[in-house]
Formats: sequence, C-alpha cells, structure tokens
Amino acid sequence: MRMLLLWLLPLFLAIPLVSGCQREKAGITVAGSTSVEPFAGLLAEEYMSRHPHSHIYVQGGGSTAGIEAVRTHAANIGTSSRSLLPDEKDLYAITVAKDAIAIIVNPKNAIRDLSLDQVRQVFSGKIKNWGGLGAPPHPIVLVSREEGSGTRESFQKFVMGQEEISLESLVQDSNGAIRQVVSNDPHAIGYISLGLVNEQVKALKIAGVEPTLANIEGNKYTLVRPFLFVFNGEPAGEAKSFLEFVLSRPAQELLSREGLVTVLKPSGR
Amino acid sequence: MVYRTRYITQGIAKVLIWIAALSTIGVMILILFQVLAEGLPVLHLRFFLDPPKSMGREGGILPTIIGTFALTVVAILFATPLGVGTAIFLREYTRESRISRLIRFGTDCLAGVPSIIFGLFGFVFFVIFLNMGWSILSGGLTVAAMILPTIISTAEEAIKGIPPSYREVSYSLGGTRWQTVTHTILPSALPGICTGILLSVGRSIGETAAVILTAGSSLLMPTSLFSPIRTMSVHFYILAREGISIEMAYGTGAALILLVLLVNTVANWLLNRYIRRRA
Amino acid sequence: MIMEIKEKIIEKILLLVALSSIAVLALITFFIFQQGLPLIWKIGPKAFILGQQWIPSKGLFGIFPMIVSSFLVTIGALALGIPLGLACTIFLCEWSPPAVGTVLRPAIQLLAAIPSVIYGFWGLIVLVPLVRNYLGGPGLSILSGSVILGFMILPTIISISEDSLKALPPTYKAGALAMGATHWQTIWRVMIPAARSGIVASIILGMGRAIGETMAMIMILGNAVKMPSSFLDSARTLTTNIGIEMGYASGAHRQALFATGVILFIIIMLLNSLAIFLSRRRTG
Repeated sequence: MRMLLLWLLPLFLAIPLVSGCQREKAGITVAGSTSVEPFAGLLAEEYMSRHPHSHIYVQGGGSTAGIEAVRTHAANIGTSSRSLLPDEKDLYAITVAKDAIAIIVNPKNAIRDLSLDQVRQVFSGKIKNWGGLGAPPHPIVLVSREEGSGTRESFQKFVMGQEEISLESLVQDSNGAIRQVVSNDPHAIGYISLGLVNEQVKALKIAGVEPTLANIEGNKYTLVRPFLFVFNGEPAGEAKSFLEFVLSRPAQELLSREGLVTVLKPSGR
Repeated sequence: MVYRTRYITQGIAKVLIWIAALSTIGVMILILFQVLAEGLPVLHLRFFLDPPKSMGREGGILPTIIGTFALTVVAILFATPLGVGTAIFLREYTRESRISRLIRFGTDCLAGVPSIIFGLFGFVFFVIFLNMGWSILSGGLTVAAMILPTIISTAEEAIKGIPPSYREVSYSLGGTRWQTVTHTILPSALPGICTGILLSVGRSIGETAAVILTAGSSLLMPTSLFSPIRTMSVHFYILAREGISIEMAYGTGAALILLVLLVNTVANWLLNRYIRRRA
Repeated sequence: MIMEIKEKIIEKILLLVALSSIAVLALITFFIFQQGLPLIWKIGPKAFILGQQWIPSKGLFGIFPMIVSSFLVTIGALALGIPLGLACTIFLCEWSPPAVGTVLRPAIQLLAAIPSVIYGFWGLIVLVPLVRNYLGGPGLSILSGSVILGFMILPTIISISEDSLKALPPTYKAGALAMGATHWQTIWRVMIPAARSGIVASIILGMGRAIGETMAMIMILGNAVKMPSSFLDSARTLTTNIGIEMGYASGAHRQALFATGVILFIIIMLLNSLAIFLSRRRTG
C-alpha cells in the first residue's frame, strides 16, 4: 500500500508536467547581457510594483545568447551590451541606456590617469610592472572578464583593437567580481561597467578625461557602449509596455541614479 | 637504548598527531564560525519572509528559500522511488549476477560524476532537449540524478541489516515476495532509508554548479514547477561573487549552514534511534 | 494465479527501476559526448588535449593548461588532506578520549555537508589576502585553491579511513601490543598498512571530489588561462573552465566546453574505476 503511494507521487507530478508542457508562463522573459542584467532587474522590480499582475523574468546568459534567445522566441526581450553584428541586423534593437567602461584600480594606487595606449600595453602584457607607469614598482595584476562577455568584447573593441588581452590576466565572470578583486588587491587593474563603480575602487581618467556623465554626453569619454533591448519584430503586448516604461522619465532617472547614461533628452527638447 | 627510542618516537608522533588533528578541526570550525558570526545578526524574521529588493541588496531571501525547498522536494520525489526500488531489487529479487554487478557499477560510477557534468547534462537534456527551460523541474530532476546513488546505497544498507528471520517468518506465513517487501522489509528499513533521504536533502541544499545551469537564477517567486528559481546556495554564490552585499551574503550563508545543521542533526538522531533499535 | 502474475509484473517493474541508475549514466555519457566529441574530432584530439592556448574568440581550444592545473590543485589538496586526514583518523580511533569522539564524529559529518561555496567564500575572504600579503602573487592562486580543497576532502578521507581502521580484526592490534610494540608502532606499522586498501580508496575518492570541485575553485583560483608556473600563480581547472564560460558560450565555444567535460568525465571515470576496484578488493 505504501509502495503504491510512493510510486503514485511521481505520476502526480506528471500532471503539471503535461498541463504545463507548453511552458506558458504569464509574463515575459528578458534575457541577455550580464552587464544589463542588474539594471534590467531593477527596472523589472519597479515595473512590477506598478503593474502588480505582471511577471518579468530577468536572466543573464550573455549578449550573444540573449540575441539568439530572442530570435528563437525563447525570450521576449533580448538585452545586449554591444551593438548588433551585421548578421543580427534583421532584429529590432533600441538603445535604452548608455554605459561607459571604466578602467579601475585600487583606491590605494597612486596612478590616476593613463593614456589609451598605456592601458592597451598594460592589458596586452607589454607593460608588466607598475614601475613602468611611474608608480612604485610591483607586478601588475590584470583582471578581465571571461570570453564571450559583452563587456570584454566592448573592451576589446575600444581599447585593445587588434591586440589580445594577455593570457596571464585573472578572469572573473562578472563585473561585480572584478570590482571585488580590484578593491582587495592594491596592485590590480581591471575594467567594469561605469555604473558599477563605487567607493571601493577608483576609475582612471583616460588621457585626462574623467568618466563622468558630462564627458560621456559630450563625447569626450569615448569608451561608451549601448545597452540594447532587442526584439524579434515590432514590440507588442507586455514587452512593449515594459519597453515604454524603460524609456520613460522615471525609469531613466532610476538608471541615471545607478550610474548609467540616459537616452532621454533633457526635458524641453 | 633501542627500547627508549621507541617511546621517544611515540611521544613525538603523539604530539604531532594531536596538533594536526586539533588544528585541522579548529580551522574547520573557524570557517563555520566566521560565517555564522557575521551572518547570524542578519537573520531576523523579515529576512526569511521578505523577497529581495534591489537585486539582493536589501530585503530578504524568501524566494530562494521556497526555491530551495521546491527543488529539493522534486529531487527527493523522483529519486526515492527509483532508489528504493533499485535497492529492493538488488537485495530481494536477485542474487549476485551480471545484472546486479552492472547495476552496482552504474551506481558507483554515477556517484563519482562531478556536479558540473550533471549541470551540463541537465542543461542539454532537461532545459534544451526536453524543452523544460530553466525551471524547478529541470533543476530538481538533475539533482535527483545526483542523489540517486546515495539513496540506493543507504537503502541497500538498511535492507541488508534486516535479519533473515523477518523474511523467513513472512514467507512461512504464506506471504509473497512483494507482500514481504511491503509489509516487513520496508517498514523495518524505513529509518535507514530516511537517513539516506535526509543526507541527500543536505547535499541537494548545498548543490550549486548543477543548479545554476538548470534552474536559472531568477529572484522572482516561483509560480509553477516551470518557473526559474534561485536556490539559497546559488544566491549566496552570486551575492558573494558580485559583492552586491557582503552583509546579505553572510546572512544567506548563515541560513544555509543552519539549515544543513538542522538536516544533519535530524539525520543523526534518526540513525541513532535506528541503531539502538537494532541493537 | 492472479497473485503470480502480479508478482511477475512487479518483478519486471523493479528490474526496470533498478536499471535507472545505468540509464541515467548512459544518458549523461551520451549527451555529453554527443555535444563534445564533434569538436574534439574537428580540432583533433592531440591539438585539443595538448594544445596550450585557450582563446575561443580565435577558435583556439587547447586544454593542456587546464589539465595541468587540475592536476596541480588536486596534488596540493592531497598533500594537505592525506597527512591531516590520517592524523585526524588516528586521533579519532586511537588517541582521543571517547567523549571527544562522540562530539567530533558528527562534527566531521556536518563539515562534509557544508556547501562548497561557503568554503570558497571563506577562502576568498581570509585565505586569499593572507597568501597575497605574505607569499606574493595575486593571492587567487593554486596554493589557495589547494588549501581549501584539502579541507573540503578531509571529511571524506577521515570517515572512510576510520571505517577501514575500525573494520580491522581486533587481533591485529592486540597481537602487536602483546608482542611489545608501542601504541604508535602498532598504529603505524600494523594497523595502517592493514587498512591500506580502504585508506587508499578513501584517498582516491577524495581525489575524485577534488578534481570535480567547481564553484569554490572559481572563487579562489583566479581563472587565468595560461599554463601555471608556480603554486602562487592563478590557474584554471577543467571544471572552472566549464563553469566560468558556460553562461555565455554559444556555437563552437559551447561545444568546446562540452568537450572539456568529456575529458573531465573520462578522467573521473578512470579514477572511479580504480577506487571501485580497490574497495571491492577490500571487502573480498
């Protein structure tokens, strides 16, 4: 008798399996870049508090994976921290914010300013010691994102150009983790989303230009990448509603508070 | 002269062993202590009952608790019948033969597969091939595969420990094999089986690599078995890695340790009761 | 009659159920190999296993540094785990007051159940800065990884070795002592060698666990892709390679990660078969 019950239980589980087999989830899935993910999550929280019956599932997976997910309808909205590639141009992308890449060092590090060239030489391994940059000599500890990360690709594009990031660099799988390492190691240097810079790390000036919102908008600080929402076709339904919210003033102000650059023109224009 | 050296050697060995053992245990306790010390202050009722806010910077960890619970339940529900059934088969329905050796080999091998491989498998099989997506179900089934060997071996041990006289009495009273199993073997083996289940629960709670790849990392309250969820250990990992909030990380860690402590204590208590019954 | 048919059916059902563990193993093997083998074939097994450069963006997939790192981290963990494990086992079995034993044994069991991410976290917060400040390097290193791994496999080594020691016939110990050996001599020259195969099995099991550990290693090893040249270097094991890039990978990159899984799987299966062989010999 008891055995019978024990075996009936998996069968009971099969019922939701069959009934839910189409994976109808109320709500929408927003998947893609892990750089966008925390901000998308905050926006989703805000949106869901205003629209109590909606569900927005935010996931990571990477810019490329997110774009793929939208293409196969596995996700309603794909997020990306890089521009679309030529063979992705058939999808509909809209910039919801702009994010700068900040080169960060430990607050104890004396260096405040580097040229783009110097950054490239450091990350490619040509300059291996802080002594080569005018600071007290000590081997440089490089920290980078993992292969496939949108942030790494943007860094590669803006800073490295044709050169490879040194194979000796430490690799961490999120912006937050890079920030952790740099904040704990006085000799580390890394790159993260400007929106994640806090008092634990110091963002370097690049060729004298500080990564501030003013300099980004004025096109003086050029390590800037778009945060995209990618759709398969015209946005519709809940996805459209979420998009409209994200582009609205309150949402953009939230993003701005978090350190991103808004896409809203200041009111009046 | 030789007589004395032996005792000197023993003395030295004793000292070294004491130092080694005590310092080892000391360090391990220290590890637990650090997390608990920093984390316990964070644990208040709202921590357990509130959902997280600001992507985990504030609020509580309710969805992760529910997610952990749901995933574990799914895993146990699938693994227990399969595991106990296997043990019954091995112990009651066959002798040592090619089939039984093959099954044991499979079970032993399965026990050694690392969790990341289970994660890859679960991702490719449950999430993609069976189209279950990142969900409690995908995660639970993957973990079920991981705990299956444990349930099989503890169930087998439990059944092995039953005196043959129990079976003989049952058969002599005219019971069939199946009746013997259900009315005699299983009830007696139940405490041992439960211990195995509890051990597996502990393992399932702490499992991270496989769960991240199969259950996702959504912080929303799950609405069905197909919802993606973040378990407590995954939440702890993400908080700790991304430095989102060290305080919350410690809190989640402390909650994890307490949970594992609870499960283990109950398992031990059950085991002791079981042993006392047998003896 | 009905009863007999029912019994037959139940027997067949149970047979199917019992084959489930084989079925799962077969499924895992099939899917992992199916995803990973094509890539190994395409690049060539030698280039994959012995290749020293892992640069997915350029299509270079060599996992030799990962294999070496896995090996080094595991050796380091064993170097810590075996002596300490044996010491604790001997302590528990022979030299501790019984009261201590009843407290310690459940404590060790508890430590075995602690999620690995908590060990990793502690390593990150406490051990890594220590290594960085006193020994040099970035702290996120093979050394840190080995130490944490060593602690993680201790409960495994201790509990199985303890079982082996306890399973020895009491005559071994009694005989040795009766012949005038000291307690230590008895332990070291009689009991441990007699329990050798069980202890070795526990070590191999611990080794398997060490090679398979992922999350804590991602946190502590630093994950640099190059071939490590010292224990203070950062490194990436087979497991962390999969763990750290799996979230993002697609296409050939993802296949390469599965291929890494294939190699890992083969290594673990070989180790496990060895352990099974040794432990079966013990009970035989």
